[in-house]
Amino acid sequence: MKNIKVLGPGCANCKNTHALIETVAKAKQIEIQLEKIEDLQAIMSYGVMSTPGVVIDGKVVHAGGVPPRAKVEGWF
Amino acid sequence: MSTLTDTDHGVRRPPWGWLAVGFGAWIAAYASLIPLADAVIAVLGLTRATHLGEAIHFFFYDTPKVLLLLTGIVFLMGVVHTFVAPERTRALLSGRRLGLGNVMAASLGIVTPFCSCSAVPLFIGFLSAGVPLGVTFSFLISAPMVNEIALALLFGLFGWKVAALYLALGLSVAIVAGLVIGRLGMERHLEDWVREMQATQSAAYESATPTWAERIDAGVAHVKEIVGKVWPWVLAGIAIGAGIHGYVPEDFMVSIMGRDAPWWSVPAAVLIGVPMYTNAAGIIPIVEALIGKGAALGTVLAFMMSVIALSLPEMVILRKVLKLPLILTFAGVVATGILVVGFVFNAVL
Repeated sequence: MKNIKVLGPGCANCKNTHALIETVAKAKQIEIQLEKIEDLQAIMSYGVMSTPGVVIDGKVVHAGGVPPRAKVEGWF
Repeated sequence: MSTLTDTDHGVRRPPWGWLAVGFGAWIAAYASLIPLADAVIAVLGLTRATHLGEAIHFFFYDTPKVLLLLTGIVFLMGVVHTFVAPERTRALLSGRRLGLGNVMAASLGIVTPFCSCSAVPLFIGFLSAGVPLGVTFSFLISAPMVNEIALALLFGLFGWKVAALYLALGLSVAIVAGLVIGRLGMERHLEDWVREMQATQSAAYESATPTWAERIDAGVAHVKEIVGKVWPWVLAGIAIGAGIHGYVPEDFMVSIMGRDAPWWSVPAAVLIGVPMYTNAAGIIPIVEALIGKGAALGTVLAFMMSVIALSLPEMVILRKVLKLPLILTFAGVVATGILVVGFVFNAVL
């Protein structure tokens, strides 16, 4: 099971990203463990400067804005 | 639908044809603005000689014009953003000295994608990569204040001279304020955990270089996001402007915000702007109304800069990384810069 973290201090785009990943995973019927990381120090420890960022199994795969749906689909 | 080939970014051809069609349509639409507005009042059986006719003509000329300009500029900026990721800007600014560094930071602030919710990660990311504090501030002031939406709207509503002046003065405020903060040597007023982070370099995320198809997608996405959010404000602003255009004579605004208003009108405009928090699009209807009622341009631009660049919510966010003396210095220096802009504008124009 993939562990996915959405990095972001709770802005609108961070919530949209979280929802998008949830939707895509559900549509593909893939079980994932989805977390929100809102603590700034924790976000910074991933070396991400523009939020929202997405971390899959400890690796940053996206930063700076809501990812396009096609990109999210490519992760699964 | 063969979704596999549609979503495969590696091989998708950039939609140059669609881009050319869009560009042609844009030019054609821009060229037919006046005939369109003329046609609308002709259909309604009005002439521009009447107040109502003039107001309606103004509305149907200005609305499409501003929305077209906004769409064009926002699309271009969406594409430009794919060339200047924050990581790239940081690499360019890393280790720069005060002076040239501030000029570069303020200029990059215009083209680097920025949202106020990532102000803090960006701030720390810059500092930890060795961008000096003063240079970081130049970026942080310029990025929200001098942005494409403000410039596009000013250009559409008040002409290119006002937009160019706003650009030049916004950059000047960002550069000088960053220089002053850098000279004051206020690094010790960063929160402790930020200073610790400065010492420990974390591995930075590098995104893959986008293809042209993805860059164009980004431009379209930017238009959908920005223009989709901003158009009601633009409509409201122009409607107010049209009302004023057709009817309201210059009135009491002239006495408190006009050219011959007392000296304190500029500081008052800046003070009123601080607790107000909105983006460039939200402030435009107010600006349009104020100028329509005869307020002086310098006073209004100072007000606009204050609303966008100095906001209480942003200070609360920044408080997580800056100690109080540094926040107060930041606010003080920026406010002073904006005041000078207001006074100079009023004196020159």
